[in-house]
Amino acid sequence: MSATDTPRRSMRTPLGRVRNLGAAHSGTSDFWRQRITGVAMTLLMIPVIVVVMMLLGSNQAGAKLILGSLPIAVIMLLFIIASAWHMKIGMQVIIEDYVHNEKLKLVSIMLNNFFSIAVALASTYAILKLASGV
Amino acid sequence: MVEFALPKNSKITGGKTWPKPAGATETREFRVYRWNPDDGKNPSVDTYYVDVNDCGPMVLDGLIWIKNHIDPSLTFRRSCREGVCGSCAMNIDGQNTLACTRSMHDVKDGAVKINPLPHQPVVKDLVPDLTNFYAQYASVEPWLKTTSPTPQKEWRQSHEDREKLDGLYECILCACCSTSCPSYWWNSDRYLGPAALLQANRWVSDSRDEATGERLDNLEDPFRLYRCHTIMNCAKACPKGLNPAEAIAELKLKMVERQI
Repeated sequence: MSATDTPRRSMRTPLGRVRNLGAAHSGTSDFWRQRITGVAMTLLMIPVIVVVMMLLGSNQAGAKLILGSLPIAVIMLLFIIASAWHMKIGMQVIIEDYVHNEKLKLVSIMLNNFFSIAVALASTYAILKLASGV
Repeated sequence: MVEFALPKNSKITGGKTWPKPAGATETREFRVYRWNPDDGKNPSVDTYYVDVNDCGPMVLDGLIWIKNHIDPSLTFRRSCREGVCGSCAMNIDGQNTLACTRSMHDVKDGAVKINPLPHQPVVKDLVPDLTNFYAQYASVEPWLKTTSPTPQKEWRQSHEDREKLDGLYECILCACCSTSCPSYWWNSDRYLGPAALLQANRWVSDSRDEATGERLDNLEDPFRLYRCHTIMNCAKACPKGLNPAEAIAELKLKMVERQI
């Protein structure tokens, strides 16, 4: 990029531009939660694969029977919560990295939240419904 | 969205091939990025042939030889020519490094390809505009901050605490790491980058400093600090063998440590 391309027509000093609105004093919670959910998913992956293999080929009655077991239902619910949360944080990081239009960024982050919550709730509802035998 | 392609006026067009030096028995081909802000033309890549028997072994020696013997208009920064000042940082054969410590014989496969540090505005030829980079360094306030009365002699530090600064204080601010970081390419207006964050950790880790919490407060931001995704290009590029990614990880660890 040549120097004349830069959008630096503002007369603000370089340090003023870097300091800009100041630090948000946030980000650590998301960073930590991303690690927690990552570790949780690693630990839950093998039990979840086992449950999915048990569910393969079974009909609804069979699925109700398997998911009616408390430990299995808890494992599946924990996995859904961890993965939906991880997905939401990961996608937000990608949006913040690549979407530079402020309005589009806000809308994308909002939609990402809606989508992640919807996926988490729908999956939780399905597990609970099957686990309760309804 | 981020701009993945070069702007129209930054696209590289052909370049001049300079004649081989008369009487040279052994030459090395150099392909060097050229851009002049005054001629209104797009950047180009010029080809030069350096008489390797008449110049030193480093890439910087080759550039100086070109400037002295072929093309005095070739513009680049250099000063100490021994890896201390960081002035001659440039992209050589696809990697950011110092021209003074990279031997031209280490560049395999044909020509020595030289470009300015990536993703920075160019002032001329191989000289990048590092104004933003230096402002980011200034923003971490790289000096000792204390409120206790200044001691009569010096601020004392144990050998163990001094050792914690090893791997941090050696940074020469050449900008090889920051300009090799994709996160910095996309978000250098808000992300401080590996060099400034390594320096931030140097002061956060200094046992004599009394503003550790305030420093961490200033860094705790989704963009200033958390744009680092541990890509590790910084550690690969650093000509001094430092590991900015590790320094950033230490900062993140301290952020978590003070919360839980």
